[in-house]
Amino acid sequence: MRVLLDTAMVLLVFTNLRLLGLSRINASIRTVAAQGVLLGLVALASHAGAWNARILLIAAVGIAIKGVAFPLLLFRALRAAKIRREVEPFLGYIPSVLAGVAAFLLSLGIAARLPLPGRPPSDLIVPTALTTMLVGLLVIVSRKKALSQALGYLVFENGIYVFGVGVAYEAPALVEMGVLLDVFVAVFVMGIIVFHIAREFDSIDTTRLATLKE
Amino acid sequence: MLSALVLIPAATAVLCFFTRSASLRRALLLGAAACHAGISLATWFRQPGDAWNGALRLDAIGQPFLSVLSALFLVAAVYAVGYLRRESPGVREDFLEGFRFTNAPEAVFTGCLLFFLSTMTLVILSENLGLLWIAIEATTLSSAPLIYFHRHHRSLEATWKYLMICSVGIGLALLGNFFLAVAATSATGGSVPLSIHALCERAATLHTPWLKAAFILLLVGYGTKMGLAPLHTWLPDAHSEAPSVVSALLSGALLNCAFVGILRVFQICVAAGLGPYAQGFFVWFGLLSIGLAAAFLLAQRDYKRLLAYSSVEHMGILALGLGLGGTAAFGALLHAVNHSFAKAMLFLLAGNILAAYHTKSVSEVRGVLRRIPVTGVLWIAGLLAITGSPPFGTFVSELLILRGALEQGRFWIAAMYLGLLTVIFIGMAATMTRMAQGFPPQTAGASEPREGSMAIVPPLALGLVVLLLGIYLPPPLDAVLHRAALALGAR
Repeated sequence: MRVLLDTAMVLLVFTNLRLLGLSRINASIRTVAAQGVLLGLVALASHAGAWNARILLIAAVGIAIKGVAFPLLLFRALRAAKIRREVEPFLGYIPSVLAGVAAFLLSLGIAARLPLPGRPPSDLIVPTALTTMLVGLLVIVSRKKALSQALGYLVFENGIYVFGVGVAYEAPALVEMGVLLDVFVAVFVMGIIVFHIAREFDSIDTTRLATLKE
Repeated sequence: MLSALVLIPAATAVLCFFTRSASLRRALLLGAAACHAGISLATWFRQPGDAWNGALRLDAIGQPFLSVLSALFLVAAVYAVGYLRRESPGVREDFLEGFRFTNAPEAVFTGCLLFFLSTMTLVILSENLGLLWIAIEATTLSSAPLIYFHRHHRSLEATWKYLMICSVGIGLALLGNFFLAVAATSATGGSVPLSIHALCERAATLHTPWLKAAFILLLVGYGTKMGLAPLHTWLPDAHSEAPSVVSALLSGALLNCAFVGILRVFQICVAAGLGPYAQGFFVWFGLLSIGLAAAFLLAQRDYKRLLAYSSVEHMGILALGLGLGGTAAFGALLHAVNHSFAKAMLFLLAGNILAAYHTKSVSEVRGVLRRIPVTGVLWIAGLLAITGSPPFGTFVSELLILRGALEQGRFWIAAMYLGLLTVIFIGMAATMTRMAQGFPPQTAGASEPREGSMAIVPPLALGLVVLLLGIYLPPPLDAVLHRAALALGAR
């Protein structure tokens, strides 16, 4: 199971790098969906041998929401907004990928300084979680389309989720359910706002949202 | 008792979503606000027991903030009813750019307002850090539709920024909670309830590097929501684009809730002997916020943004007071109370000015004292209150923070604090008195605007509270604030 978990972690890092290099938004949504499915597997694999109803539920709900429901919601928003690809991001695709690699190295450095107590299910949990979060933040600040930013936020949340299910194995279920619930509502509200931006501006380009400047 | 405080507004909110009649909805809003205020008044006389298996608890830190929230919401609800009467439904024209837009349905507005109250109450009462986090996230989600009440592109931009920045902040805070769980697991190994009480009790056994990392993440996360510079960028936009009554609640109540979140984490740090480590961060965040707010206040062209930057300043003062500790920590708690009332009062008055002049630009508003005299007089009183002039309560609390700095011999900090406050006083006084004096322009608003009692009584009441707190600090409040300061490591 440890091998499986490590593989899932490496795949997560790959999905992050792939996302950074993509310009077509529907491909980006699919990548994030794949990430959601991987997260469910991480939840299962990191509690291997000790599956109980709670873990199974968290994994199932995780896959259902992050792997299926969000992507469908975003595809609908994409169709409504009639856009295909991200236009001229603030940071180009190749520099983005390089920045993603740098984020991974940085995360490895931080993880080495914060050793996990006890025997963690995988040594890659902290670096993967941090990389995913940093990549999410990078997408939020470097992309212009509101939809891409919402995707970035999802990836950021995925990073926290990796840490949550992988490390805080004994944290109360309240927190884990809270993650899913709040993310669901957050993206639901964000989805609505994206629709409104689309209607208001005929595109979902946040650079148009620049009246309120100092 | 405590669960009623959370559940009554939530239940009323659901009712509001499904109520057709506007007058019934407004009655529900007022009723829920009055109930909430009544119960929180009762908590001063009879200490309520824990609820939800100990997840809800009212302690010395929560008590003053709960009362401020109740009082503020009651006043805001009265003002909101008057506001909703003025805001006729249907298509309307934008003041600034002349395009046409509609408002969000009133049912959504009232419902979200009540949900907002419910979630903020939950923040204050949470005894569990996990629940606290969920509640803070829920405040973001319930207030976003309020900011997007006027459906046009500027408010949409403000809402998007608010959602994006605060959601990322709240995400970091969640990671901080997980780090805290790790810090606790490493000591005991067993299951970790993130109960504040339990964490404080065994604080000495928490793993220090993880606790430090958790503190930084939680400070940055909740600090974003609180509007500490340089994480404040959503605040001026959201406050200036939201309806004034919502701005009043955002500034007066929501920022406090984020502050409560930070206080809870600080409480654990103090118990773990990391007080001085945490206080260093507070001092710098505080000074940076005050300084940055001063810079943006001086050249501000929009009076609602002016008030928003003043909120950044006051959040900085709170952080600074907490960072200094001792007398200053008590001062910071008292200042949180004073600031809430003073700032909410000013935002409500700004709403009156906006209704009479149809502009948010400082240069186009002249002669408030002549056109809407009561608002004008209160506006000047509010200016004195917010800049900490005697005899208002803010003067006392700002002085206490200064005394805290001097007692510890931190003269540089005291000098910077005083200097920046002076700059801010000059900046705000210049702008706000210019608006009040002179002759109103003849063109704007052909019909003479009237000041309804529902637009005047709420800010007047808030102003009286700040004045009263400056002259006489009620002993129960004094005692509770002292106990809260003790829990935060002050002697």
